[in-house]
This record gives sequence, structure tokens and C-alpha cells, in this order.
Amino acid sequence: MNIEYMLKYLPLYEKAAVLTVTIGAEGILIAAAVGLLCAVVQYNRVPVLRQIAAVYIELSRNTPLLIQLFFIYYGLPKIGISTNPSVCGAVGLGFLGGSYMAEAIRSGLESIEPIQSESALSLGLKPYQVMRYIILPQAVSISMPAFMANIIFLLKETSVFSAISLMDLMFTAKDLIGLYYKTTESLFLLVIFYLIILLPVSLLGRLVERRLRYAGFGS
Amino acid sequence: MPDLGLEVLFKGKNMLRLLGGLWAALEISLISVLLSIPLGILLGIIMVRKELVLRVITRTYFEFIRIMPQLVLLFIVFFDSTKLFGINLSGELSSVIVFTLWGTAEMGDLVRGAITSIPKHQYESSLALGLNNAQTYFYVIIPQTVRRLLPLSVNLITRMIKTTSLVLLIGVVEVTKVAQQIIEANRTSSPNAAFGVYLTVFMMYFLTCWPLSILASRLEKKWG
Amino acid sequence: MAEKLLMIEHLNKSYDDLCVIKDMSLTVHKGEVVVVIGPSGCGKSTLLRCINGLEPVQGGRICLSGREIKHGSRDLPMLRQKIGMVFQSYELFPHLSIIDNITLAPLKVQKRKKEEVEEEALSLLDRVGLKDKARQYPRQLSGGQKQRAAIVRALCMHPEVMLFDEVTAALDPEMVREVLDVMLRLAQQGRTMIIVTHEMQFAKAVADRVIFVDNGEIIEEGKPAEFFKAPKTKRAARFLNIFEFSPVKAQN
Repeated sequence: MNIEYMLKYLPLYEKAAVLTVTIGAEGILIAAAVGLLCAVVQYNRVPVLRQIAAVYIELSRNTPLLIQLFFIYYGLPKIGISTNPSVCGAVGLGFLGGSYMAEAIRSGLESIEPIQSESALSLGLKPYQVMRYIILPQAVSISMPAFMANIIFLLKETSVFSAISLMDLMFTAKDLIGLYYKTTESLFLLVIFYLIILLPVSLLGRLVERRLRYAGFGS
Repeated sequence: MPDLGLEVLFKGKNMLRLLGGLWAALEISLISVLLSIPLGILLGIIMVRKELVLRVITRTYFEFIRIMPQLVLLFIVFFDSTKLFGINLSGELSSVIVFTLWGTAEMGDLVRGAITSIPKHQYESSLALGLNNAQTYFYVIIPQTVRRLLPLSVNLITRMIKTTSLVLLIGVVEVTKVAQQIIEANRTSSPNAAFGVYLTVFMMYFLTCWPLSILASRLEKKWG
Repeated sequence: MAEKLLMIEHLNKSYDDLCVIKDMSLTVHKGEVVVVIGPSGCGKSTLLRCINGLEPVQGGRICLSGREIKHGSRDLPMLRQKIGMVFQSYELFPHLSIIDNITLAPLKVQKRKKEEVEEEALSLLDRVGLKDKARQYPRQLSGGQKQRAAIVRALCMHPEVMLFDEVTAALDPEMVREVLDVMLRLAQQGRTMIIVTHEMQFAKAVADRVIFVDNGEIIEEGKPAEFFKAPKTKRAARFLNIFEFSPVKAQN
């Protein structure tokens, strides 16, 4: 392997990694917000919204991100909704991740015994206060491991961003392979940079899981 | 009614071509699934065994495959196989290799999870009833493991199918590539084709994966 | 006679086809301690849940100081502030420390001042011997400690009536006493309480009136001294004797 070559193009990868993480983080935030909304709507059986959430979740879970991005990026402008690549990336990732986050939070919500909210109600708390102070904080802690797993999943999914011409890590690697034929070096850097991004999140996920098990929620 | 570019689909054999492309993608995932399931079961069984060396090797393999985006793995196998091994792999073959490697890791994890989730006293109480080791596995442990495993494996198949969409990016001609060709060919006659055609591809994937998701959640409810 | 605080008139409650409470009427006066006993599944816990508006009812009404308690009604949160409920399984909030468990409702519902509420919470905790546990989390406490904290949580809302739903049933035997002692002290202070329990000795000591419920109906009620000594109905007699065993082997 050619170390000199790798050092030379390191800054390109750094830039691309920042882009990957930035848009990834934006997408994950959108996903968390959408997921929270869907989960609460479904948990509280809000009419109409609940059905909309169900349809959305099925559509989002059963289609690939790449096709979702193509539809948003190339399809939607034809009916007057245009996006630029980075907005499209974040929105697409949010669309995909929202359903996964919703499932994570929903299972957290369902794991909380109804008597917990009854005891909160018996103290005179209003239903929204019960949700806000009692149910959601517990549900979110319980869903934390699933949440972390989703974050890793979504960060990995960002690798298709290059298909809508975002200059992310994949794009950079492919570009360099095409230009200089230094395939092994370019791919080695690609792997290293993904490890730099994903390993800490993965370790953090394990830590969260262990801490939660230790905390013994619900008992 | 705005022009949604749906008319392209009814031109010539466009719809058939798209379906053919979908089949090309499904074929790759199907072959990979068929290879991954036995290999994954093997991996899972190895992973619960206590031999240190085997465990370190399988664990490293498993962690690396799981943490890397599948597209990175595709790139490595497709672009670097010539250099590393001196062979030239087609996009299709690279895809099958990568998805099998990945599917094996995921399946192995599911098998490991299913085996370790059977409580220890299930073994003990079977042995206490006088069943021998083989009978314990055959009548008690394996049926329970399979029940836990089946819904999860169906889910894995849906994930595989969705992931096959990536093979477009290493130049395999599948449904999305066909879609691009159709949109390109009709660019002047139907300028809005991108909407209709990508929507169709979206729905095609949905209609393929949705029934499997429903099946998985049914199985889970039945045996959960 | 003291003023009537809680009035239950012709209450009917059923789950689908299963009738749990049949035409039950009961009046509780201010300062009175009513103990409800009866076999499992007789409807006594459901009665408490109805009083707290946790269950929709099929007939009759429940009024606290003349205001109707109705499942799903708008002023239910208002009324619930006046009814403290303690559950068998404690139901402390696991993500909040003991002090936060206690002060949550006074702060968020009654909008009281933080310092004042914390001071009261600490002094109440002190009285049940838990002052040093204020900053700990429920999982760090024993069952008996959790239940005492749950009682303090209800007390801190200054309820007019307190409901106790088999609060010692989930406890290890050696922890039962510490919880019952707290309740005895509350009775001494003249609090209005409705207690569902299986602890007969305790019932005898704490009750002004004992209600025996079976199959969703009040079968008998009376002063504890009379009720436990000579129950008037056969069913109550059978229930009270249920834990006595006759020897099964010939004794030498």
C-alpha cells in the first residue's frame, strides 16, 4: 500500500466524513422526532393520525433508502417539490429512520405497565402530564439500546448518499478509484473512516445497554 | 391533474422490463438467502461453543461485517478482488458473495440469540424427565429455537431484498437501472417520467417486502 | 355524627359480561377508617379503583363532598388530588428519586412552591423513618421502604381520603409491620381511610367499621370487635375461619 498517496488524500476523506456525519445526524434527529410523534400518536390511539402513522411506518420499513432518495430527489421535483442533495439526504434518512425509531419507542411505551400511569393519574396529574413526566422518560430509557442500534443502522445507510451526488465517503472513494486506480488504498481509507465513525457509537450502545440492565428499570 | 409521468409505464414493454429488473434483484437476494441460512446456522452454533480461537475468529468476522455498511463491502469485493486475488468478479457474483457474507453474519447472530435464549432449566428439566441428550435437543430445544428463529429470519429476508437495491451502484442491471434507462429514453416525450417510474419501483419493493413483514409479525405473535 | 365525605350510591360495575360490583352503597364519614375485607376477586380492589375514577362504571354514582367522580370527566384530576391512593405494587416512578416521586404532583398539579413542598416531603419522610433515603431511587429501597415512600407521596397531596389497596400483600412478612404501623399512626391522626387488606389483626386494630364483601356485594358490616368475634352471616364466618386447619393425622 502506498502510504504517501493515503496521506495526500486524507483531508478529502476528512471532509467527506464530516459531511456524512453532519447529514447523518440531521437525518437521525428528524427520524427521532418523527418516531416520537408516531409512537405517541399510536400509543394514545389518536384517530386518523394513528392510521396515517401506520401507513407511513409500513411504507418506510418495506422500501430501500436508495429508492426513497431517488423518488424524493428525482421524482418529487416533477410535481414541484425540489430539494438539494443534502436536504434530500437528511429528509430521506429521516423518512426511513422515523419508522424504526417509532417502533423502538412504541415497544418502550408498551413495556410500561398501565398501573404506572394509573398511579400518576391518582395523584391528580392530567393525561398529558402523565405522558410527559411518567411514561415518556421511562419509555425512552427502555428504548435506548434499540435507539442506539437504529443510530448505527442509519449511519451505515448514509453510504448510499453518493447516489444523489452528495460528496460523502463513498463518493470520495469511488472518485479516487476512478481517477488514480489506487483501489486498495482508497478502500482502506474508506474502511478506516467508517470505523472511526461507527465504532464509538457501537461501543456507546453497548455501554448504554449494560447500564440500563444494571439500573434494573421497572423493578 | 398534473402530469405524473405514469404513461411511460404503458409504453411498449416498459412495465415488463421493470418487472424483469425486479426479478434480477430478487434473484441475487434469493441465492444469498439460500446460502446464508445454512452457513448462518453453522456460524451461530460455532459462536456459542467455548473454543477460544474459534470464538475470536468468528467474533471478529461477525463484528466487522456488521459494522461496515454493506455498500462498503460491495465496493471492496467488486473493485478490489482483481487486485487482491487476481480474479475479475462480475457485479452479480460480487453481490452474491457480499450478501452471503453479510447474511451469514446476521443469521449467525439470530441463531446464537435463539440458542442462548432457551433457559437453562429447559435442558435440566428435560434431562430430569429422563430424556437423553439427543432427545432433549430433538424434542425440546430445537423446536423452541426454530420458533424463535423463524419470524426473525423472515425479517432478515426482507432486509436482504431491500439491501439488494445497492447493487445498482456497482453497475448491476436491476430494477432501478432499468428505471433510469426508461426515464432517460423518454426524456423528451415524458419529461415527468421520473416521478411515475420511481414511484412504481418504490411500490414494487413495497409489495415484495410488505407481505413478508406481515408474515414475520404473524409468526412472532403466534409463537412469541 | 361527622359530615359525610364519600357517598357511593347503587354502584354497578362489570367487565363485559362479568359483574364485579352489584348495586353497592356505602357512606364514609370524615375521620372514619373503613376496612374492606373479602375473598380474592370479590370486587374490593375494583371498588377502590372506581372511587379513584380509574374505571368506567355501569350504574350508580360516587360523590366526594357532593361532587361526582366520573371516569373520563374534566374535573377528575381536580377530585383525584383529594383522594390519595396507595397500590399493592407501590408504583413509585422508577426514573425519579424518592423526593422527586413525592414532590412531582404537588409541584406540577398543585403548583406549590418548591421549597415548601420539599420541606414538607422531608418532614413526612422523617416521620416514616426514610429521611436518609430522599435522594435515592426506588430500586435502592426494600419493599417496605418503597411502600412507606408511596404512602408519603399520597400524603403530600393533602388528600381528604386515602385508599389503600392491599398495600402489604406484596411484602415479605418481616416488612409488613413497618407499613402497618405507619397506617395506624395515620388513623390515630384522624384521617379518613378506606383500607382493603387481608391482615385481620390489623383490621381489628385500625377499623372504625369493617365491610365484608363477597361476589361484588356488601354481605355484612359492623364494628370490628363484634364482626371479628361473632359475624352475623354464615359467609363471613366461613371466610374468617378459612385459615384454621384441623389436624389430618391422629394425635397421640
